[in-house]
Amino acid sequence: MTEPLALETSGLTRVYGKGHTEVVAMRDASMRVRRGEIVALLGPSGAGKSTFLLCVGLINPPTRGSVTIGGRLVQDGPRSLGDLRRFRRENIGFVFQKSNLIPFLSAVENVQVVGELVGKPPSAARRRAMELLGELGVGPRALNMPTQLSGGEQQRVTVARALANQPSLILADEPTAALDSVRGRQVMQLFRDVAHEHGTAVIVVTHDHRALDVFDTVYEMEDGALRLATGAAGGPAPALASGR
Amino acid sequence: MNLAVRDIRHSMGRFVLTTVGVGMLLMVVMGMGGIYRGLVDDALVVTRGVGADVWVVQRDTRGPFAEVSRLPRSLVDRVATVPGVAAAREFVYHTIQRERGGRPLRIAVLGLGWPTDKGEGLPLVAGRPLAQNHFEMLADESLGLALGERLRLGKETYTVVGLTRAMISSGGDGIACFTSRDAQAIQFDEPGESVRLERRARRARAEGIDFGRTQPGVLERASGSSRHLAALPGPAISAVIARLTPGADVDAVLRAVGGWGDATIYTGAQQEDLLLKGSVDRARRQILLFRVLLTIISAVIMALIIYTLTLDKLHPIALLKLIGAPNRTIVGLILQQSLIMGVLAFGVGWLIGLRLFPLFPRRVLVTNDDLLRLGGIVLLISVLASLLGIWKAMRVSPNEAIG
Repeated sequence: MTEPLALETSGLTRVYGKGHTEVVAMRDASMRVRRGEIVALLGPSGAGKSTFLLCVGLINPPTRGSVTIGGRLVQDGPRSLGDLRRFRRENIGFVFQKSNLIPFLSAVENVQVVGELVGKPPSAARRRAMELLGELGVGPRALNMPTQLSGGEQQRVTVARALANQPSLILADEPTAALDSVRGRQVMQLFRDVAHEHGTAVIVVTHDHRALDVFDTVYEMEDGALRLATGAAGGPAPALASGR
Repeated sequence: MNLAVRDIRHSMGRFVLTTVGVGMLLMVVMGMGGIYRGLVDDALVVTRGVGADVWVVQRDTRGPFAEVSRLPRSLVDRVATVPGVAAAREFVYHTIQRERGGRPLRIAVLGLGWPTDKGEGLPLVAGRPLAQNHFEMLADESLGLALGERLRLGKETYTVVGLTRAMISSGGDGIACFTSRDAQAIQFDEPGESVRLERRARRARAEGIDFGRTQPGVLERASGSSRHLAALPGPAISAVIARLTPGADVDAVLRAVGGWGDATIYTGAQQEDLLLKGSVDRARRQILLFRVLLTIISAVIMALIIYTLTLDKLHPIALLKLIGAPNRTIVGLILQQSLIMGVLAFGVGWLIGLRLFPLFPRRVLVTNDDLLRLGGIVLLISVLASLLGIWKAMRVSPNEAIG
């Protein structure tokens, strides 16, 4: 029996407005992502990348099309199938352009809170948060507040938070935009390691063409249309920890 | 993890200042209630202290606490003969104002029925009860008189032989106890010139009638002390108070005295009711209105503060929604903050009140029942105050975390 895809979208379309004010932000976007695959989504501003991410992240429903995550159909057109917020909390991790940490929680608490939200006891959630921060190289900064962390450290804490619920899918929206090229590349490599070591599918929206070698598959989006640029989407899983 | 506590810790300075501010408002609410309780308690000190089962007052009046009530002293003996009455005694009560050390000294004068009542039942904190029929007094410590101090009232000088505590009239004046004779002497004291003029007027009136012109002894009597004139009544008393025999038929006593044409009788409870409805009721309603207004103001301020704190957290709330936090987590964050603020403010108000209320010129009596009731109200307004913030938080979209 084949393992279900981490993500499968089919004919995702998003239309804003009606009549002569109608704008098609995304049309017939279909994507297949395996577990452990890291996917780049390129495209100019206004191409529909964020719209795609919001639909896949179950935040904004599509006008048409479906979203299947981990083999489960969760969005069928504008119709939501089940408690999306709960599904999001248990299956999806988010990383944003800005670090987006909760300002009144320390680094470890920002990660811990996700564990507690999925029902882990506080002590277990904290232990897991400390492990993740240690893995991502920010363990010594665990007790610092977000304002006491550098941009790169904040982004690492955000990645740790995205991993805290052991998601099958991580969605990252221009996560390196606020970082210099060296740190930007470090973060991209971090995503690759996370995807390959944790078996998590990662979709990264990026403008940074210099780090494309990190990705297994690259999609491009233009005028709301999605197309495969490189890689073999939906094909055999890349060799985990292939050393790339 | 308690998000509410974490957020409070993050903005501790503002939270503490706000809580102290709300606490001081609640302290004022507490104080207003305490002032009312003190007012009632002070008003009932005398009626409860004298231990009367029934009060006999001037016909068609509401008694000495509501209006002037004057009765002849002989009524004491008449009341004492009513079946069911164990003991009757005179009650003299009035307020005077004198100067002491250049400052006004207001005294509520209470007459004790010597020799049956020497003040043994009063809350004495120093000295002793009255030991003689004249020239001694028991003063409440709020009057500022010292034990052994001598005070000139009318034509006599009285020595403070005992000090009482919490003996305050409904008007807020300290109560001083004398024998009823001395209390009457203070009440009906007249200047010497006034007495001389009255005697001369009496003599002139007697000279104007045949009886006076033909009987020289009448003129002599008319110009003498009024005490020796049978035609003139003795000084009036304010009321007659009586204790009933155990098991006595109260209604029968009320019917018997109620039938007299010159007196009206009330039970102790009725007299207290008249006292509270008369002199205290308006103050009570005024204070109640103030309390309600202050409570509403506290609730509005708390609601605005919680709303402002929520506005500051809209982005973290959107983020929490994005990572899948259920609504109960977000509602809990705001509601718990509101409750924590309410409870802490209540504690702050109580602690400040404990130190401030004793400095107030009138007694502020905060009872446990009142504290519990106010605590309940604070919890309620904390919940209500959080509703605006919760409403705002529920409208936040997870999209806002991304933008």
